[in-house]
Amino acid sequence: MSAPLLSVQNASKRFGGVLAVDSVSLTINAGGITGLIGPNGAGKTTLFTLISGFERPTSGRIAFQGVDIGALAPHKRAALGVARTFQIVQPFAGLTVRENIAVGAHLRHARRDEALAKAEAVSERVGLADRLNAPASGLTIAGRKRLELARALATEPTLLLLDEVLAGLNPSEVRDVIPIIQDIRRGGVTVLMVEHVMQAVMSLCETVFVLAQGRIIAEGSPSAITKDANVIEAYLGHGAAKRLAARDVAHG
Amino acid sequence: MTVSGARGMFSAYAPILVVAALLALTPLATSANTVLNAMVLALLVALAGQGWNILGGYGGQFSFGHAAFFGTGAYGTALLQARYGLNAYVAFAAAIGAGAAVGAAIGFLSFRSGLRGSYFALVTLAFAEVFRIVANASPFTGGAAGTLLKLDVAPGNFQFASRAIFFWIALALVTLVLILTRAIERSRFGAYLVAIRENESAAQALGIDTFKVKLQAITLSAAVTAAAGAFYAQYFLYVNADIAYGAAVSVEALLAPIIGGLGTAFGPLIGTLALHGLAEGAKALTGRIPGIDVALYGALVVLVIAFAPKGLRGLAARLGRGLSTRWAS
Ligand SMILES: Nc1ncnc2c1ncn2[C@@H]1O[C@H](COP(=O)(O)OP(=O)(O)OP(=O)(O)O)[C@@H](O)[C@H]1O
Ligand SMILES: [Mg+2]
Repeated sequence: MSAPLLSVQNASKRFGGVLAVDSVSLTINAGGITGLIGPNGAGKTTLFTLISGFERPTSGRIAFQGVDIGALAPHKRAALGVARTFQIVQPFAGLTVRENIAVGAHLRHARRDEALAKAEAVSERVGLADRLNAPASGLTIAGRKRLELARALATEPTLLLLDEVLAGLNPSEVRDVIPIIQDIRRGGVTVLMVEHVMQAVMSLCETVFVLAQGRIIAEGSPSAITKDANVIEAYLGHGAAKRLAARDVAHG
Repeated sequence: MTVSGARGMFSAYAPILVVAALLALTPLATSANTVLNAMVLALLVALAGQGWNILGGYGGQFSFGHAAFFGTGAYGTALLQARYGLNAYVAFAAAIGAGAAVGAAIGFLSFRSGLRGSYFALVTLAFAEVFRIVANASPFTGGAAGTLLKLDVAPGNFQFASRAIFFWIALALVTLVLILTRAIERSRFGAYLVAIRENESAAQALGIDTFKVKLQAITLSAAVTAAAGAFYAQYFLYVNADIAYGAAVSVEALLAPIIGGLGTAFGPLIGTLALHGLAEGAKALTGRIPGIDVALYGALVVLVIAFAPKGLRGLAARLGRGLSTRWAS
């Protein structure tokens, strides 16, 4: 059996007194879309920073394609095929959309003209083709989220970490982006996405991990997760699962 | 190469050649030594600024200490000739190499320890000051008296009776760096440098080895500014610590691109010509009030930063666009 694409084993991250990620273990096989959900401050973004290399785990192991990458700098992980987007978008504000995406494309294309051509192709996939010459600073929030996606995609990743790319979008914008993510998966990229928009999680993800206070409290299909007592408690507070169950019984 | 590629090449490099050709005519228009002298000095400041612009304008790493590189170029060429009897051209090339090495060393220390923004600026300033103090005290560099080069006018010694020759050589250096800068703009290295300026975290996430790119940039930047210093020493046949490593050099090297247009190929040249033109004009009008040029520099910097944050180059582009839309409507 070949190694899983990503394997996180007992990873923890402590910031002073806060244990943001607490012995998290998870395995992701190549090919699907996996969700990572959890209440605010659960440690989802921190887990992404550990996988992408922006922070080193306090303890634990992170392996990509069977290789321990826990000590590698972010750019080396990107070169291996791990791309991430930022929850708080980080555009190259002074550059055009085309130039922004081309920076990502340069990872696999040394020549400027090839990187620019690749940027154009990627812009079409994410629906930014009509904005190629616009300055990134002039994009709406929805446009900036697409740009995050485009730049990461332009690095031709194997594993794509999406941190709330749908946050801040209105329902119709969310509906526009969902097929883009499906198209990325069809292109052979494995996706791990942090998302609060449950409609998207339900329609996109095969498997969902639930993180609360730094720990994985549930793992399963989206429909199973939404019925999980631990998950309901984590989101709605202690005793919520019981109260809901009691209400369901009362309503017959 | 494709047709559009060839057209891109033409529109990228043709303006540089046109400007260089026009400037090259200056000695034919005037043979006044004072004018040529002023032009040579302006080109040297432009060259130092071009070096600064690679790291500061494109890479966003603002150095306050480019005198460290200018001075190393100046002392390098002077000492190698005066102390070791090296051929002037060999010494010139070696001095550029020495400047690059100093750049790489300062870059390695600062970037390895993650210095950015004002911290990086202050550390570069500190390095330049240390160099100035050491050069001023050390007998090897001639102490406070400086180092004098033997006057021996001969082309083989990189010494010319005609200032026009010096002017043309300085212009050739500036033109070479204009071409180099344009080539950087059109390369992956240039794209990475600008990405680091715009957002370092995002650059790392996209696979950029930001430490390596910054190190390459400061090395190249230092080499160019060292060339200006080496030329300076060769032109005046003299160097001392305050000239070579003084803060004035660091300030001029960053003012020119900031005034002319940060991160643009022509910015340093435009900025220098504007600054020097203004200073000369003021001197002519006011009859050499001491310090008037410095006061004007200050005023111009304030004006540019307040009203044209992208420099004169950006202001011209904006006015151009404004006019063309007005004409169109
Ligand atoms: N660099 C840091 N320094 C100190 N504490 C941090 C740092 N990054 C995150 N934290 C803390 O770690 C915890 C987890 O934060 P994280 O951003 O990972 O949560 P999240 O699940 O992504 O939340 P959200 O849904 O709001 O984005 C929080 O308590 C946060 O304050
Ligand atoms: Mg988060």
